[in-house]
Amino acid sequence: MATASAAQKGWLARMRGLSRGERRENAWGWLLASPWIIGFLGFTLVPMVASLYLSMTDWDILTTPKFTGLKNYSYIFTGGDPVVLKSFGITTYYSVVSVPLRLALGLLIALLMNQNVKGIFVFRSVYYLPAVLSGVAVAMMWRWIFNSEFGLLNYALWALFRIQGPAWLINRQWVVPALIIMSLWDVGSTMLIYLAGLQGIPTDLYEAATVDGANSWHKFWKVTLPMLSPVIFFNLVNGIIGALQTFTQAYILTEGGPNNASMFTMLYMYLHAFRWFNMGFASAIAWLLFVYILILTVVVFRSSVGWVHYEGELRRG
Amino acid sequence: MMEATRPAAQPVAKLSRTSSIKFMTRLQRTLVYIVLVLGAAVLMVPFFWMVSTSLKEPGAVFVLPPEWIPDPVMWSNYPKAWNYVPFTTFTINTVIITAWTVVGATLSSAIVGYSFARLRWVGRDTMFLMVIATMMLPSHVTMIPVFAIWRSLGFVNTFVPLIVPAFFGGGAFNIFLMRQFFMTLPLDLDDAAKIDGCGVFGVFWRIVAPLSKPVIGTVAIFQFLYRWNDFMGPLIYLNDQDRYTLALGLQLFRGQYETKWELLMAASVIVMMPVLIIYFFAQRYFVQGIVFTGVKG
Repeated sequence: MATASAAQKGWLARMRGLSRGERRENAWGWLLASPWIIGFLGFTLVPMVASLYLSMTDWDILTTPKFTGLKNYSYIFTGGDPVVLKSFGITTYYSVVSVPLRLALGLLIALLMNQNVKGIFVFRSVYYLPAVLSGVAVAMMWRWIFNSEFGLLNYALWALFRIQGPAWLINRQWVVPALIIMSLWDVGSTMLIYLAGLQGIPTDLYEAATVDGANSWHKFWKVTLPMLSPVIFFNLVNGIIGALQTFTQAYILTEGGPNNASMFTMLYMYLHAFRWFNMGFASAIAWLLFVYILILTVVVFRSSVGWVHYEGELRRG
Repeated sequence: MMEATRPAAQPVAKLSRTSSIKFMTRLQRTLVYIVLVLGAAVLMVPFFWMVSTSLKEPGAVFVLPPEWIPDPVMWSNYPKAWNYVPFTTFTINTVIITAWTVVGATLSSAIVGYSFARLRWVGRDTMFLMVIATMMLPSHVTMIPVFAIWRSLGFVNTFVPLIVPAFFGGGAFNIFLMRQFFMTLPLDLDDAAKIDGCGVFGVFWRIVAPLSKPVIGTVAIFQFLYRWNDFMGPLIYLNDQDRYTLALGLQLFRGQYETKWELLMAASVIVMMPVLIIYFFAQRYFVQGIVFTGVKG
């Protein structure tokens, strides 16, 4: 907060030093940006602070919130509602498997899409299509695909490999893997971002590598991957944030079942808040999830110094 | 992955070398095609399966091995699904909400993005950092207090909480896209327009906006997709069935008609249709969106 007030002081001083024309532009700038500034205050900053306060209350939305200090948090950590911590475990399990798989698969497809072959545009649109179709309709489709008796997946497993597939959505062990499989279907958005990155790699780098006698394998590891590392980083951060907030798939496919085996944190937060009206407790879950996402993001950002290569780095010295 | 077969060409004698390289690139190209086609098939089969189910007789749904081309083709499943739940109402609701949010988000993110990209004001860069920060902020933290605010204003079970926020900046990502695009337009345009007597808003409306159709299209389409597919927003705010959106209405099939897979699939196809059509006609906007973010290797 200290830095913010210092910045403000700086702003005031700078505003005093402006000429008339600059002042006009300054006023216009603030005016045109004001929708976002108001929205930021009203829909983000104030609600965030409010939600932190609510997480320390007992509130059923009808009466006034009762301040209870850290009771909600201690209740969670002493196992008063064991499903909360379990949901963090499930969400983590899903993310730890799904995010790297999506990153790798997306990269693989992007490398294919970057090939200069005829009709590649058609393939690009086909591969990207699932990313456009998201939401409930897609979840319904997967419900049917995962049907243990007549679903497409178990039929394919039997027809191709003579494997008797599990009862995906009603088996405690297989329900999260099912959701992971589903998450791989719409890898297209990750792919497209990679593709943009690949096409931004200057070709003279490859030419130089060829002159130095590098083969394709070397080129991939020494040129493509380092040059692409900012994009991988971007996809990783986005992937983590997205995966930890998984909601619709779980709600439509399983509603958290069987026996809470697919109870994602977001889903459990939703149930507490909007079905059981434990708004205070739900806010505590929300804040825990937020802090969890924040910690992971910070860890990824810290680690990025070691593996993300920025082109401007040399120049910056 | 990319040209993995190249080194094999080295030991071949000089004369046949070029033809052998040609052969290898051709082989590689064929391999790429095979992998591409297989991948596309894997991605499209679930979709095809859904459409196939949606055209089956109730009994034919539970037949193994599945008939890929239904016989007879039951087109009537579609009107039937449409009338099982009040789909007309859901469609109207969804269109109203989507149309307003597309207008609101596009307009307001363009104005805000213009301010960040082309106007000099004290505090601008700090504010823009805040925009970037909110881009990464998970929306669930603010969900409960925002709900409480709308509830205290009496707007729960109306479209207002789903539409109005779009007019306040239209989302950090959209602002970011707009700003990135506006930055690429030469500033001389603004100066020339100013000399011709255009005010700040005039420059935006007459000069910058008409030159920015690609980014405006991209933002509009992203916003359309987001709202059309959105489930959690309507789930939280809309209670009465006659206010439901398509995403919410589709979920009604789950409890009541659990085993009527052909109708559920027909309904799902109906909900996907507008997205498919827009994707088909406006594909370049999707790709552009990524380009505008300035992602580079």
